[in-house]
Amino acid sequence: MAEPLLNIQNLHSNIGQYHILHGVDLQVPRGGLTVLLGRNGAGKSTTLRTIMGLCQVTGGSIAFKGEEIGRLRTPLIARKGIAFVPEHMGVFSLLSVRENMELAAIGGPMEQQRLEWIFELFPALKKFWHRPAGTLSGGQKQMLAVARAIIEPRELLLIDEPTKGLAPAIVNHMRDAFRQLKDAQTTILLVEQNFNFAKSLGDTVAVMDNGRIVHAGSMAALAADPALQTRLLGLSLDQHQ
Amino acid sequence: MTAQNNSPPTLKQVGAHSLQRIARFRMEYPHYFLLLLIGLVPLLFINFNIWLMLTISGAAMGLLIFIMASGMTLTFGLMGVLNLGHGAFISLGAYLGAAVLAFLGGAAAAPSIAANLGAIVPALLLALGVAGVLGLVFERVIIRPVYDSHLKQILVTVGGAIIIEQLIQVVWGASPIPVTRPQALAGAVVIGDMVIERYRLLAVVIGLGIYWAMIQVINRTKVGILIRAGVESTEMVEVHGYRIKLLFMAVFVVGSALAAFGGVLWGMYQELITANVGEQILVLVVVVIIIGGLGSVTGCFFAAISVGLVNLYVGYLVPPLGGVAAVGLLVAVLMWRPQGLIPVIQV
Repeated sequence: MAEPLLNIQNLHSNIGQYHILHGVDLQVPRGGLTVLLGRNGAGKSTTLRTIMGLCQVTGGSIAFKGEEIGRLRTPLIARKGIAFVPEHMGVFSLLSVRENMELAAIGGPMEQQRLEWIFELFPALKKFWHRPAGTLSGGQKQMLAVARAIIEPRELLLIDEPTKGLAPAIVNHMRDAFRQLKDAQTTILLVEQNFNFAKSLGDTVAVMDNGRIVHAGSMAALAADPALQTRLLGLSLDQHQ
Repeated sequence: MTAQNNSPPTLKQVGAHSLQRIARFRMEYPHYFLLLLIGLVPLLFINFNIWLMLTISGAAMGLLIFIMASGMTLTFGLMGVLNLGHGAFISLGAYLGAAVLAFLGGAAAAPSIAANLGAIVPALLLALGVAGVLGLVFERVIIRPVYDSHLKQILVTVGGAIIIEQLIQVVWGASPIPVTRPQALAGAVVIGDMVIERYRLLAVVIGLGIYWAMIQVINRTKVGILIRAGVESTEMVEVHGYRIKLLFMAVFVVGSALAAFGGVLWGMYQELITANVGEQILVLVVVVIIIGGLGSVTGCFFAAISVGLVNLYVGYLVPPLGGVAAVGLLVAVLMWRPQGLIPVIQV
């Protein structure tokens, strides 16, 4: 097997004095979409935040393209080619949609062609281009947050619950957007509670509990095995529906 | 029925409608509302010519306060850093300005504006430069170790301010020193029966110029986008690959330089300065940044002019209350809008 794009080994991290991750081992293969599942409080968001340098690493290693990034500061990690969409989306509400996007384009002015592609994915952004981002709806903010992450080609996208609280129609938009990103060979690590959404996109899956990875494998295998789902997630997809 | 509907609205309806519109204006543009209220109400009590004189003087004072306060509101907004050493930079600017004006006495004493500017501009540039460098040292040595504790920031920045003020006394002595206004700016212009000090007109022009330039930078440039974004969330600015501490340091340096720049102008405005001139004006500076909404340059601008105007109007109408007018305004504004005119920091 080829070397994974992101290789996390025995990762421990703290939020303040609380020890949250207790030895996470996670490999994210290049070019695929990996889904991180698990109950609330299992440490999924903390894993993403730790990769991004927002939580203090207290042990273990995070290798990105073979290079240790576990102790780098957040801006440097971002400039290695990793984009992060946090759960609260983190759009700058007093900035216009355009300014949000300009800020995200660290390499220079936005490329027109890429912008057109983003407008195709998320037409609402074009419509509200000059509006303050704070006036957008929740779904539109989510679109903006994802759009910011992809305004320039990134090697790895860390996305925390993009479908949370979104209307079904917008969830389908998101799904299309992620499919296109996958087609463009972008590697994505997605935290998701919506199993249907996760199943339709994921290539590989990892399940967390109590700050550890308790299962890792292919999404197809998990989706086909209701007993495993019940054991890992507390309920099976069939029961869920 | 139709006839009744087409009849002109009664006075009561018109009144209710206008009140609604005023209420909306007050909500949406609180800074304009406050300025109009403060600027126009005194017209009821003061005759027009005197009002105009007071207004120009108040605006001049307010704009000088704005120059001194703008840096402080941004450093607080961006990193939550309370820099009570800001006043020392104002004092430093006033002394440097006075020194340069004395040194270039020939140019300052000449009766032409061009020659006078030949003394004022070097004074301003020297103050900008020295305070900028000192601001850099101050940020690295004094502020950086205490980023996360307001209490420590207060203690350590007050300490830093005391050191700078004592150094000023070492160089220039403890007794007050006079600041000579350049010749062409010393007098007053007389229009009809109005007498307006020339220097105040200059202060208005410079203050408006600085505000215009700051707004251009903040609204039109990438650095401006980053500053506004950083005031909202430093974490998300870092997530996008920008080093917030570097940005903060730059803002701190510019803010310190502007404090000294304002100090030069304030020294010429006061005409007699002591080493704690900055500490004295710092009270008004803090009032202004709180009224304006911490972190908002536009709020700071409107608050500064409002404070300048209130100071002059109240000082004219009820002289004993002149000294506390600004604090009274602070109390009134906070009762109306606890987060200031233009709140930009999410609490």
